[in-house]
Amino acid sequence: MESIIQYLWLIPTAPLLAAGAGALLPRRRRRLSAGLAIGAISISFLLSCAAFWATLHSGRATSNFRWFDFGTTSVQMGWVLDPLGAIMAVMVALVSLLIFIYSLGYMAKDENFTRFFCFLALFAAAMLGLVIANSLLLFFMCWELVGLASYLLIGFWFQKPSAAAAAKKAFIVTRIGDLGFLVGMLWLYAKAGTHLFYDHGQGCLEPAAAGGLVASTAIALLIFCGAVGKSGQIPLHVWLPDAMEGPTPVSALIHAATMVAAGVFLIARVYPLMTPGALQVVTWVGALTAVFAASIAVAQSDIKRILAYSTVSQLGYMMMGLGAGGVAVGMFHLTTHAFFKALLFLGAGSVIHGCHEEQDIRKMGGLRLRLPVTFATYAVGMMALSGVPLFFSGFWSKDAILDALHHWRGSQVPFYLGLLGAFLTAFYMTRQVCRVFLGKPMTVEAEHAHESPPVMTVPLLILAALAVMVGFFGTPAWPWFQAYLDGGSAGFDLSKLMNEHQLPVMLLSTALVAAGIVWSGWIYGRASARPAREADPLEVAQPALFACVQKKFYVDEFYDATVVRLTTAFARFCDWLDRVVLGGLVRAVCWLALALARLDRNVDKSVVNEGFDIGTEAVRGAGQWVSRLQNGQVQRYLRVIGLAFCGLLILLLWGCA
Amino acid sequence: MLAWTIYISFLGAALLMFLPGENPRPAKVAALLAALAGLACAAKGAIECHLHAGAGALTDVANANWIPELGIRYHLAADGISLVLVLLTGIAAVAGVLFSWNVENRSREFFALYLALIGGVYGVFLSVDLFLLFVFYEVAIIPKYFLIVIWGSTRREYGAMKLALYSFVGSAMVLVGLIAAYVMAGARTFDLAALAKVHFAPAFQNWAFIVVFVGFAILAGLWPFHTWAPTGHVAAPTAASMLLAGVVMKLGAYGALRVAMTLFPVGLHTWQNTIAVLAVVGIVYGALVALVQQDFKFVIGYSSVSHMGFVLLGLMTLTQIGLSGAVLQMFSHGIIAGLLFAVVGRMVYDRTHTRDLAVLQPKNLNQVLPFAAVTFVVGGAASMGLPGFSGFIAELQVLVGAWQTFPVFAVMAAVGILAGVAYTLRVLLKAFFAEGQVEAREPLHCPRISLPERAGALLLLGTTLLIGLCPQLLLDFITPSLNSPLMQPLWKAGTR
Repeated sequence: MESIIQYLWLIPTAPLLAAGAGALLPRRRRRLSAGLAIGAISISFLLSCAAFWATLHSGRATSNFRWFDFGTTSVQMGWVLDPLGAIMAVMVALVSLLIFIYSLGYMAKDENFTRFFCFLALFAAAMLGLVIANSLLLFFMCWELVGLASYLLIGFWFQKPSAAAAAKKAFIVTRIGDLGFLVGMLWLYAKAGTHLFYDHGQGCLEPAAAGGLVASTAIALLIFCGAVGKSGQIPLHVWLPDAMEGPTPVSALIHAATMVAAGVFLIARVYPLMTPGALQVVTWVGALTAVFAASIAVAQSDIKRILAYSTVSQLGYMMMGLGAGGVAVGMFHLTTHAFFKALLFLGAGSVIHGCHEEQDIRKMGGLRLRLPVTFATYAVGMMALSGVPLFFSGFWSKDAILDALHHWRGSQVPFYLGLLGAFLTAFYMTRQVCRVFLGKPMTVEAEHAHESPPVMTVPLLILAALAVMVGFFGTPAWPWFQAYLDGGSAGFDLSKLMNEHQLPVMLLSTALVAAGIVWSGWIYGRASARPAREADPLEVAQPALFACVQKKFYVDEFYDATVVRLTTAFARFCDWLDRVVLGGLVRAVCWLALALARLDRNVDKSVVNEGFDIGTEAVRGAGQWVSRLQNGQVQRYLRVIGLAFCGLLILLLWGCA
Repeated sequence: MLAWTIYISFLGAALLMFLPGENPRPAKVAALLAALAGLACAAKGAIECHLHAGAGALTDVANANWIPELGIRYHLAADGISLVLVLLTGIAAVAGVLFSWNVENRSREFFALYLALIGGVYGVFLSVDLFLLFVFYEVAIIPKYFLIVIWGSTRREYGAMKLALYSFVGSAMVLVGLIAAYVMAGARTFDLAALAKVHFAPAFQNWAFIVVFVGFAILAGLWPFHTWAPTGHVAAPTAASMLLAGVVMKLGAYGALRVAMTLFPVGLHTWQNTIAVLAVVGIVYGALVALVQQDFKFVIGYSSVSHMGFVLLGLMTLTQIGLSGAVLQMFSHGIIAGLLFAVVGRMVYDRTHTRDLAVLQPKNLNQVLPFAAVTFVVGGAASMGLPGFSGFIAELQVLVGAWQTFPVFAVMAAVGILAGVAYTLRVLLKAFFAEGQVEAREPLHCPRISLPERAGALLLLGTTLLIGLCPQLLLDFITPSLNSPLMQPLWKAGTR
């Protein structure tokens, strides 16, 4: 434990170095770039396994360091090794490794292959950094970098306008959630004085923190805002389906298995901060998202979009699990979902690849014969997602959530919503499989579809095996996963499977899943024999409702009409203010100054200057007049003197009298 | 050593004036050498000061009688805050020369004025005699005007005149305040440290503070006195807009902190909330206006207003971390804005001769100028405050500080960051990645990105990344200075 914690930082650093090196490589060094990324993620995977091994025997270890300080306080960072982080690190590294390998085949013909692996490695580095972070600040930093990598990868084919727009939308929408996260982080820092999760009793998650942090529902909810954005919960779910514009391996890695689950991981990580009130909100948001997204998935026709809405829905289940059942329940579904959803996405990628970039399920059909390996693995994934009992991981993890909801003290409504979601999930997945793999090929492309190369199918097989096996680690009979996260040990007890608490819920969900599969199979199994142009059977039955669902309940349109339009209008108003009002004010001051100057000039010209001229003219005239006196005639001088003398004499005499 | 930053710049300017011939190459080389020498002096001086002073107090650089009758001295000194800004000036100066390598028209005069501007800026950051500071402040305005009016583009006479008038109105206000302080103190000195010890009457402080603060803050883009900034930036040639956003706006913020806030702490306390409101309005408003601009450079111009709002908000928090964030943001914005202006002005505009986003959109610049596109992606990431770049750590500190003083403003400033993401991504897509209208591509033949441009971009990118990862490098300068005797009145007023 002590030795592995010293090297824990290597887990994210290895792919980061690969990304840095990949960024500097010229475009033609394709193999080197891919080799670096895959080598680095292999190192991360091995280290994660070693770390996981270490956590089996002991609890939690941390390693903190000072990042910078100001005055007396310092900002610390660090990494933590505990079961929660270790299991996540192993999952992320393993799924990343498999998807990196798969990408070798999927992206083989792309001219920006080198850049693709650079971005993938950057993503893996940020994601693994987030997993081992022991500081909310470091977590946030990695969280933002994950968002950046996601932006770069969604917009990887930026020549497609839809891809560029989707990348922008994803970044901005998740940033709205991050705004809450940031504010929550500031608040938490102001209250707790530290961002470290665990710091020998002083961390913000530890009850013995200095003074005892008063866990506040507001802080918890603000942090949850970040999770809502990243994990595509209502009302910020709109970016995730659009993110499917990215290459399919990206959708599998980032927008299904890992990054979108980071929001769930965040809540699991800061679980001690989550007050009962906050957990209520988490549960409700999760429940609404689960049903809302599942219902939209029923009416979609793009193979990846169906999976995307399914991801949103499943993330809702994870949130419900966290809210009602605790860390272990939510994290177990996160783990199983990561494997089977990665499997489904990669399978979808294989289908798209085989059908020459066709994504519309109405134009496929009959692929089971042409893509046998993909079909078999996809079927496993579909059954895991739908929750087919006993042999598929999704069944166990979903059942744990439903069981927790059933015993939740808050309300029984989320439980019923969860059941409804389970039915819808089985329904839309069966619909998809019928449309894609069963029946007859609808188009020439589907007719000539080909199986993918082994570099793509081998990861599929591995993931299919995992999608089955992981479930056995968390059954009620042997709850190893839950015990591992809680730091206890689990015994095998078959009777727990059969007790009166578990069994009714299990049977109910099984019945609903069976109903969904059978009904959907009955509708679409027959429909798949008909031409592609024909309307969906549900559309025929309920045209208005179907259209509304197909348009995703008009949420995008609603946001466009309100938030986007208001922001733009306000921005234009500010622009107008700047140009017209403030600019006008400046111009007015200018004109005033100029007017004053002109007035000055006129006053100067007419009053000051003119007056001066008149004055000087007068002086000159007077001088001229006076100068006439001095004309050189002595007689006149004498006359004047005489007159003056007389005048003076009279004046003096008058004065004396 | 530090004083040589000023002398080298002015000597270089004078030398360039007497350089014979019209060949631009010697002028460029001489300017680059002068800028590099200035940067080297700044770095060496910073290291020396850091090693010897340590405590963050003002360290004398030069001190001589100038006008003894009025008690005016030629007194240069530096503390951590001024050292950070001197370093910023050095880096921005070098980058600016590198991005002006294509100036062929009257290049001798161009670089002479450029160096004179740099010299003035160094002078302001190093002066502690307020009269001397004021002189350098004025010296910096004149070359700015000519740089814009002779080598500028869009509406250059208008922009240059607006900028010059705004600057002079500001400096007139500053001068009034300084003379009033000189008279009221009655100590026959303009020395900052001496004046800071004087306890001015509260009533006097209340008006003197706002006059001096706004006088300086006009140049820092304080809303609603910011409108010179976008038009000035747009009109200016690349190097001038880099300096304008990079260092000249910092002159204002530096003066506001160093003079107004230090001398009149009681007045500061009176006006704290009002100015914080203006700063927050500037953050959100600048970002929103940037969101709807059609001119590429206007977007960056308004983003400067928004980012400088963080500096002013940080100053108004009156907390250690807020002020430290403000100083860090001055540095960070100087680097990042310089980089973005370089991409817009030098890499894009000088090649395509347009900055209209609608015209740039179909040109598919990411294929034509991949280096410019990558630089703008990374620079944009830095500008929107992504972790790993200096902007993140600076804005985070400001927000933490603001949360302690006025939590609501912190939230609103965070909304400003969100708007910052929106306008950055919008302009990124429009200018480089052709959102929509892919068919309308037209082939564009233009020279490749040259070596000096690459060097300048790497210099600026490396700096923001370095500070983003190791903010301690600058905080070692800033933090002790915030606790120096000079700043004590500020904290006393803040805690009252």
